[in-house]
Amino acid sequence: MKNKIISRVLTALVVIASAIVWQSCKPKAPATVSMGDAASKAFVPPGKYDEFYNVVSGGFNGQMSIYGLPSGRLFRIIPVFSQFPENGYGYSEETIPMLNTSHGFVPWDDLHHIALSTTSGQHDGRWAFANANNTPRVARVDMKTFKTVEILELPHSGGNHSSPFITENTEYVVAGTRFSVPVGDKTDVPISSFKENFKGYISFISVDPADGKMKIAFQLKTPGVSFDLARAGKGKSHGWFFFSTYNTEQAYTLLEVNASQKDKDFIMAVNWKKAEEYIKAGKGQTVKAKYAHNEWDESTHTGVSNIMDEVLQLDPAELKDIIYFIPCPKSPHGCDTDPTGEYIVGSGKLAALIPVFSFTKIQQAIANKDFEGEFAGIPVIKYEAALHGEVKKPGLGPLHTEFDEKGNAYTSFFVSSEIVKWNVQSLEVLDRVPTYYSIGHLSVPGGPTAKPHGKYVVAYNKITKDRYLPTGPELTQSAQLYDISGDKMQLVLDFPTTGEPHYAESIPAEMVMPNSQKIYKLEENKHPYAALGEGQAKVERKGKEVHVYMTAIRSHLTPDNIEGVKLGDDVYFHVTNLEQDWDVPHGFAIKGANNAELLVMPGETATLKWKPLTTGIFPFYCTDFCSALHQEMQGYIRVSPAGSNVPLKFSTGKIEDQSSGAGQ
Amino acid sequence: MKSLKPVSRLIIALASLLMISAYFVPLWQILMWAPQYPEGLEMDIWINNITGDVKVISALNHYIGMKHIEVEMFPEFGYMIYIVGFLIGFGLLTALLNRRLMLWLFSILLVATAVAALVDFWLWGYDYGHNLDPTAAINIPGMSYQPPLIGTKQLLNFTAFSGPDIGGWLFMASGVAIIGTLAYEIYTSKKKA
Repeated sequence: MKNKIISRVLTALVVIASAIVWQSCKPKAPATVSMGDAASKAFVPPGKYDEFYNVVSGGFNGQMSIYGLPSGRLFRIIPVFSQFPENGYGYSEETIPMLNTSHGFVPWDDLHHIALSTTSGQHDGRWAFANANNTPRVARVDMKTFKTVEILELPHSGGNHSSPFITENTEYVVAGTRFSVPVGDKTDVPISSFKENFKGYISFISVDPADGKMKIAFQLKTPGVSFDLARAGKGKSHGWFFFSTYNTEQAYTLLEVNASQKDKDFIMAVNWKKAEEYIKAGKGQTVKAKYAHNEWDESTHTGVSNIMDEVLQLDPAELKDIIYFIPCPKSPHGCDTDPTGEYIVGSGKLAALIPVFSFTKIQQAIANKDFEGEFAGIPVIKYEAALHGEVKKPGLGPLHTEFDEKGNAYTSFFVSSEIVKWNVQSLEVLDRVPTYYSIGHLSVPGGPTAKPHGKYVVAYNKITKDRYLPTGPELTQSAQLYDISGDKMQLVLDFPTTGEPHYAESIPAEMVMPNSQKIYKLEENKHPYAALGEGQAKVERKGKEVHVYMTAIRSHLTPDNIEGVKLGDDVYFHVTNLEQDWDVPHGFAIKGANNAELLVMPGETATLKWKPLTTGIFPFYCTDFCSALHQEMQGYIRVSPAGSNVPLKFSTGKIEDQSSGAGQ
Repeated sequence: MKSLKPVSRLIIALASLLMISAYFVPLWQILMWAPQYPEGLEMDIWINNITGDVKVISALNHYIGMKHIEVEMFPEFGYMIYIVGFLIGFGLLTALLNRRLMLWLFSILLVATAVAALVDFWLWGYDYGHNLDPTAAINIPGMSYQPPLIGTKQLLNFTAFSGPDIGGWLFMASGVAIIGTLAYEIYTSKKKA
């Protein structure tokens, strides 16, 4: 009996002890907090400027946002492909044409990637390009005004993901389709006829070096695959472009399985100088295509949309030596050329290694016809013949690689949620840091250029979970800043981002700041409805349209009393901000407006259309806190029944004699 | 009649010619700073014009009932070019005629012009700062906004500075050179005597 008790007690003790031992054997969670002097590295004292402009894509918000680095502070959201009620973009009469497409007005898109213009492979601080993934378009933002000044639609594209990557001197912006689609006269076809009827198109958009104006120079008709990302060659590989592809299986359903069957997909190398030669030789074919080209005119403060009707195409299956395929493991995402232009890094997002290709070897392989066969009539170079080497066991799921100025590469790993630093020459892994969590793209300032600025790498993450105070099921998106100036990468800052950041570029502040425009000069304002002084403010009736030429200056709107509008009228408020002083915008809002408000910058004119649905007195006011008497900046418009004989009249500061029965 | 030394005549001629600069550079400047304007606002007064952030300053000053600054407000801009022209001519004539009496007259004329200009500027400043629109939005009893004649003054949230600009300094340099020449002439002739 006694023995039994002792053995029971002993058994219990053993169980408890083993439980304790088992507990202590549980792996520890990785350190998720930055330590030491990290905070001081991201600290920009009040009154000081950040070192870099960080131009970040907004993903599903369709916008571009401007942050400072290293502080991670958000300065501005630039509306590009989506309406922005906060300043009237896509609502004002002037900006509505910017969102016009061959499908009509498209108020939203998915903005994935940024490309900052370069000259001789280096940042020049002139323009930022961005792609619309859903309704295929490319936009150009002017870095002087941080305003969308041009949007070009892309015909024959199913989704513009492989875009807007640029050549060394911004000769071209490319746009490769994510979805191959049937085009031309034969588009009503069974989806299962993919192999026969679906084609992938790549557009080369030329950029005018003087004013940045975009034009589709030519399109390449390629086999029906999906294009993911791309980078131009530079230095010795200038004249070539490299695109990553997936779904070379040519699946049209359940791609997660059916497009992941092959061991290797392709990197497509494009010799665009060769394409130019064919065009000069008249080998291009002009085909019918309907697409919108929208341009912003800075003097009229107005967007103009033109529908284009044709595009020049080349067929590389017939015109040899324009494109070659290079096998690359497992659905490559990133396809990045190093600063010298010699190495092309493919990042197979399902792979466990990183292949690095050599431009010199690719050229040799082409010269020696070192091909393993053809894919849809295009030669496929032997993998080994193009390979510089593989980075072994770098992590799981490499996505995207950028470079510093010291010959190192930084690759993001979605699945293993980390950044890995490795040497481009030796292919040796040098360092790794965790990201929080599931990093997509990363960005080194100047990382895609011939002259990286280095210093930082920013991780753009897909999951934030426990990193911030929770806000219900929908959480903030996030970025992480790492200092890469030393041998070891150091986490310096976590910062939340607006929209979903896919990709970003950073440029030294001194390359952009001195050119930043402060006001629009009134004497250069050529808007047809501008009132360039209070003396020009007026109200005009044109049939059922009433045009109010309104001025705004601290702290009144002119006119601020308007009568004689009738039900059934469309009222256009053309508001000119007469200020010529920096940082004095005025806003305009009117009760019951079915669109949005206006924010009008100094010297600018913008128009809000308003259709009153009932009679009565409607207030309007300035929405941007402009001055000590901002709250007084308000007025009234009177709406009378249709057919009433209230005369059209307007005034500011006029006190009427009530006994005269004015306006009765 | 006492004549002048050749070096004095040369200095008088050069100093007179230096006054031509008044036609090409601003004479006077008014600078203003406020918490909202850390970069400062500037008003440059030329021989026949007023430039700089005039519109911005006017827009701000209307809250306290000050007039909009317009070129037309200053009849001086109509005749200052002739006054300065006359002074330059008188200076050159002094050098040419070689009479100390002329140098006396020229010196007195210069001082008188400078005093008159400052008095005129003060009178304008008084009117601009005191003659306020009674319906102005901001009305602080007992407060006037006369800009400083020379130097710095705090006016509500603004710190205002007034002083010579390049042209003013060059003009003063001319004046000092001419009066200095006169002093030199008197000193050397007394020494001789």
